[in-house]
Amino acid sequence: MLTVINTTKRTKLPYYLLLLVLVIFSLATLFPFLWMISASLRTDVDLFKNPMNWIPQTLYLDNYKEVWQAIPFAQYFLNTVKLSVIITVLQVVICSMAAYAFAKLKIPFKNLIFILFMTNLMMPWHSIMVPQFSVVSSLGLYNTHSGYILIQLFSGFGIFLMRQFFMSLPNELNEAARVDGYNEWKIFWRIMMPLSAASLSTLTIFTFTFMWNDYLAPLIYLNDDNLKTLQLGLKAFQTEHTMDYGLLMAGTVLATIPMVAVFLAGERFFIQSVATTGMKN
Amino acid sequence: MMTNQRLRNYKSYIPGTLFILPAFVLFAIFIFIPLVYGLVMSFTDYGGFNVTPNFVGLDNYSRLLQDDYFLISLKNNFIYTLLFVPLTMLLALFAAIALNNILHLRKYLRISFYFPYITSMVSIAIAWGLLFNPVSGPINYILKAIGIANPPEWLMSSQWALLAIILVAVWKSFGYYMIILLAGIQGIPQHLYEAAELDGASKFQQFLYVTLPSLSPTLFMVMVLTIINSFQVFDLVSVMTDGGPGRSTNVLVFRIYQEAFVNYRMGYAAAMSTVLFLIIMVISLIQFRLEKKWVTY
Repeated sequence: MLTVINTTKRTKLPYYLLLLVLVIFSLATLFPFLWMISASLRTDVDLFKNPMNWIPQTLYLDNYKEVWQAIPFAQYFLNTVKLSVIITVLQVVICSMAAYAFAKLKIPFKNLIFILFMTNLMMPWHSIMVPQFSVVSSLGLYNTHSGYILIQLFSGFGIFLMRQFFMSLPNELNEAARVDGYNEWKIFWRIMMPLSAASLSTLTIFTFTFMWNDYLAPLIYLNDDNLKTLQLGLKAFQTEHTMDYGLLMAGTVLATIPMVAVFLAGERFFIQSVATTGMKN
Repeated sequence: MMTNQRLRNYKSYIPGTLFILPAFVLFAIFIFIPLVYGLVMSFTDYGGFNVTPNFVGLDNYSRLLQDDYFLISLKNNFIYTLLFVPLTMLLALFAAIALNNILHLRKYLRISFYFPYITSMVSIAIAWGLLFNPVSGPINYILKAIGIANPPEWLMSSQWALLAIILVAVWKSFGYYMIILLAGIQGIPQHLYEAAELDGASKFQQFLYVTLPSLSPTLFMVMVLTIINSFQVFDLVSVMTDGGPGRSTNVLVFRIYQEAFVNYRMGYAAAMSTVLFLIIMVISLIQFRLEKKWVTY
């Protein structure tokens, strides 16, 4: 859909002027990242030279070595991967199951429950974070990974997105499968889930990006150093090393690389997923 | 016979109920109970420790009205909204329209505009913090190089810090809304443009009378999303300024966080959360009301 090209006639000069504006605009957008990388490859002495050299004279790689010793980077990284993957998989499955039930099965008080679930779309998490914290700590789950995981598994958005898709599938599909002796569980896993790859990847991308970058909820729920995520680690690192630009930027670059790699690998899906959610909202 | 029929009815509910059960239990424990509990909590002096909370009626709410710190955070948040929403929308709309009219470098441009959105708030807040450093940061270096003798102190100045945060927030998120608007623009039927061209409409007139009206539902949705978003800002403030200098960048969620998890005044923080909830509810309701009036095809 995004590849449709406007083919109306245009004069050359304004076109190239617009292109030039866009290229400058994009360089300005990317500038902080370029500077981040450049700063991570310098000694601080080199960085604060006046006048500033924009291209480092010699590549200084020690920042990338030191950052692993300065913070338990590997531990933070593993925690982040673990939490993001577990939450994404469970949330996608739980939301899809509920969505399938709303779209194709009988549920008592279906509309009432659906409306209740959808209030989650309008209600920002921030407005319930204080009482939610009380509930989670009274269950003894404060400062545990399971507590953080549990609060992230329900998503009104996920249920809504998947339900829209399942509703677009013909009911005959279910009926035929039932005649063939499939039970609902089998229909869900063998027929519905494989058919919904596009919606599933949208939801997966959204959930994973959000969880990888989440900061406020881990800040509230994860206190011990061995439980912390990359974002918390980076923030703590910043507080201690505000003056150590090169080291700080090396940590930031390292924490950003995995997400960027995932993004560049699935760029088409990322962009498409935003476009679809935009249309469906 | 009757019981058999009824039994079959019940049975037909079993699969659906089982499929929805995990989501339902999670929703009940982690969303619905907190929602109700939060309202109750806002009428108490609950402090988050094992001390029995007292019921204080509307005390928390009447205190809010006289609490300078809270009112300042509310004011800052409204300033943030008033600048963030139009700036983001204008930039996103400009980028979307421009990209739609460009054949070269489309993929590169789209990726570069969207790129900040996928990176974490914490990373970019740290990087921008260094960029904005008044002495050693490149932004003031550039400003001085182009002849501005006394560039702002940015995050260290109470006049400029909020603006700096807003600029970073706009930079971070305009690409996301650009993609939504681009999808909206490309969903406009081509025959509308052909008809306008036959009627002799110029490019600008086509934009004014075809693109904008057809895009109004998407624009409206983007506006609501950005407004709601602007009341949830936290990460940038926490990493870049910690609410300061003074109270100049303290916003609503940051204030709630401080009261609840730094000062342990959970009852009071719950009352603030109710205010946040009401603000967003009102925005959502206005959206439902206005959608039919504003959105024209």
